[in-house]
Amino acid sequence: MTFPRPQKRWLTGLAFLMFAIGVPVRANAHLVTTGLGPVYDGMEHMLLSPDQWIMVVGLAFLAGLNGPSAGRAVLFLVPGAWLAGGCAGHFIPRTLPPLLPAVTLLMVGGLVAADLKSVRNFVAVIAGMLGFLQGYLNGVSFGAAGGISLMLLGTALAAFVIVALGAALVVDVRGWRRMVIRVAGSWMAAIGILLAGWTIRKF
Amino acid sequence: MKTSSSSIGWRVTATVIVTILFFTSPAEAHIQRGAAAGFTTGFCHPWSGWDHILAMVAVGVWGVQLGPPAIWLLPVTFPVIMSLGGFLGLIGCPLPGTEVGIGFSALSLGLMVASEARPPLWVAVFMVGIFGLYHGHAHGTELPPNESGLTYSIGFVVATGCLHGVGITLGLVHRWKAGAIALRVAGVVIALAGACFTWKAIA
Repeated sequence: MTFPRPQKRWLTGLAFLMFAIGVPVRANAHLVTTGLGPVYDGMEHMLLSPDQWIMVVGLAFLAGLNGPSAGRAVLFLVPGAWLAGGCAGHFIPRTLPPLLPAVTLLMVGGLVAADLKSVRNFVAVIAGMLGFLQGYLNGVSFGAAGGISLMLLGTALAAFVIVALGAALVVDVRGWRRMVIRVAGSWMAAIGILLAGWTIRKF
Repeated sequence: MKTSSSSIGWRVTATVIVTILFFTSPAEAHIQRGAAAGFTTGFCHPWSGWDHILAMVAVGVWGVQLGPPAIWLLPVTFPVIMSLGGFLGLIGCPLPGTEVGIGFSALSLGLMVASEARPPLWVAVFMVGIFGLYHGHAHGTELPPNESGLTYSIGFVVATGCLHGVGITLGLVHRWKAGAIALRVAGVVIALAGACFTWKAIA
């Protein structure tokens, strides 16, 4: 008896599924046993801190708008600088000016909104500086927590994923879609300006 | 009595929803205290007064009437300059005649939409920027204390952008003759409302 090709594919898939269900092994997924809990803490920290992920999204858009070459550079530069900054913040903790997050957000948002054709190195330097700065802030604030190196790794990995997705999303956009990205950049800049106002009022 | 299968589906869904609602428990998912309140308060703020709503929708509609690049340049200018106004309000820098400026913004923008005015682009951007400054300043001075500044700012800017988006969406009917006339009538209504707001502010 012969099966048509699509049916054969289904049967193969079903056989694999039955095999996977029939031969269960220990997942070892529990964080207590793997010790990877702080990595996920770091990822969650990034995703629950809008000031950080908005800035990383801004960097991803900036890199993507400047083409694949800038995107590739920023993809590895941001997580690397983040880790370096985190280590620096952990070992040499200093209090940074409170306006810094607002100013950086304003700068990144403004660059995205302006959509200026920049040289790859300029985008890379900006991304490296801001990645280092955010990592430094994490390194200082994670100081008291346990598993700081894994937490920093988690935030850097989250930054890597956000940059990869964000830059890939905008690297080839044209026309009105590009305008939407620039409008998003202007919103980031606007948030930065308001945040500066809040910070000054607070202090 | 016959019951159709779709009716059974609805009943099952309703039963599941009611059961879930009876067994609700606090989510305790928000770790940043006040963050959610900040976003919701910020998001609701621009929708809190007709003077703001009409002016922001009019910006979107006028942008569509003017066509590219005004269609995206005006909605980019307004939130950024509005944030600058919010910044001034937050740090306590006074701006005279704020309420009159807001009322006048609805009046002027309504007239621009009603007459389908086509000034040079820089004039349109300048007008929208000045009006944005007044709207932002009013918001900045009214901002409630003890909110999360960052999430408030995000909600505030996103809501403003949404109002421009409503204006742009409504403005899409401009491509039809009847739609263009309807937009001009809407402009007259906005201008009349703006005249009322200005009169109230002066009186």
